[in-house]
Amino acid sequence: MTVALVLVSHSALLAQGAVELAGQMAPDVPLLPAAGTLDGGLGTSLDIVTGAVERALVEADGVVVLADLGSAVLTVESALEIEDAWSGRVVLADAPFVEGAVAAAVAAQQGGALDAVQAAAQEAGGTFAASAPAAPAPPVAAEPGEATADGVVTEHVTVRNPLGLHARPAAQLARAIADLGVPVSVGGVDGSSVLQLLALGATGGKELEVSARGAGAREAVRAVVGLIDGGFGEA
Amino acid sequence: MTLDAAWARRWAAQAAATVAAAKDDLTELDRQIGDGDHGHNLDRGFRAVVAKLDATPAAADETVGAVLKLVATTLMSTVGGAAGPLYGTAFLRAAKVTDREELDAPAVVALLEAAVEGITARGHATTGEKTMVDAWQPAAEAAAGADGATTLAVLEAAAAAADAGATATIPLVATKGRASYLGERSAGHEDPGARSTALLLAAAVAAAEEP
Repeated sequence: MTVALVLVSHSALLAQGAVELAGQMAPDVPLLPAAGTLDGGLGTSLDIVTGAVERALVEADGVVVLADLGSAVLTVESALEIEDAWSGRVVLADAPFVEGAVAAAVAAQQGGALDAVQAAAQEAGGTFAASAPAAPAPPVAAEPGEATADGVVTEHVTVRNPLGLHARPAAQLARAIADLGVPVSVGGVDGSSVLQLLALGATGGKELEVSARGAGAREAVRAVVGLIDGGFGEA
Repeated sequence: MTLDAAWARRWAAQAAATVAAAKDDLTELDRQIGDGDHGHNLDRGFRAVVAKLDATPAAADETVGAVLKLVATTLMSTVGGAAGPLYGTAFLRAAKVTDREELDAPAVVALLEAAVEGITARGHATTGEKTMVDAWQPAAEAAAGADGATTLAVLEAAAAAADAGATATIPLVATKGRASYLGERSAGHEDPGARSTALLLAAAVAAAEEP
């Protein structure tokens, strides 16, 4: 199942900007703005929202909709009430507009199903609310790249990008880790979550611990270390 | 006097005229406790409704519900602010229970009750929060209480109750919508959505009294 996003805002500029930002991290996901009134003012319009969702359904099997302020949410809910044919294919995410769009776009890029993409958006609010990384890092291995008794492989790597793990490299890293199929922890957080990676605030020169556990852990850690050490084409 | 699709079309036209005349007053009410666009947003919406109805010739067997659904989707598409989906949902739910060529008194009660249900479901508001629900809810209750009277009397009872309900929002402190940002300072001002609701229901009466 492929999932597209429709971003509903009062402002055409705001929706366009969110599309641009999320698109940088999810180049293959259809992202459609649906913003402003029919005469180009601030507000939301059923016609504009319905049109964007219909176009998104041509390009994808499912659509996750994000909305910015109260009446944008009401307009999307109205559209969902009217369009019976969308049932099961179009859902509204109860999520912050920008963070939710980014998280949903990356989840859709990773091939997530409709409910997974919606959940990614909805979890986005909590990610930035927490000031500290949630998951504790696995225990440090005795030697770099060596597995400990409980099968944890850990290496350390320095962020080479001058601007640190900002949006584009974070998204690239999260996608690569999701593709590995092995859970990899970076700096103590889930490496497949772009928002958790961004919340690390890993600036250039910072050392990060990369670890994984079990089958394929060694190869996964090496691959991730290689990516970070490679500087994502910016170092 | 027959409450048929032609009445529903006259209602929309009357509402457009009333809103156009009151748009500055509504916007002034909204400027005091909201974001100051209610009158102009509704005016834009009802102008579009009239244009849409003019462009949609009435079928011989047109139902009241068909007209109300057109009103609903047009308001949702053109008002811009929260009043669009709120009034739109009211007319949409009303349309679902009026898919017939003529309304009797119980059907008018059903129309108003469906509208209230739609607004409260969409806006998650209840009475006493200084919103349009404070006009819609007493209107539906007054209509239900007048059941057994003529259809015109039922409509008139609803419009009178909506008017009283709007006035009664003046001392209330808003707890829903943009006005709730003002907290205690929202008291002393009439809610613009409750006032526009009273105007819409007065327009329904005027449309029924037209020959």
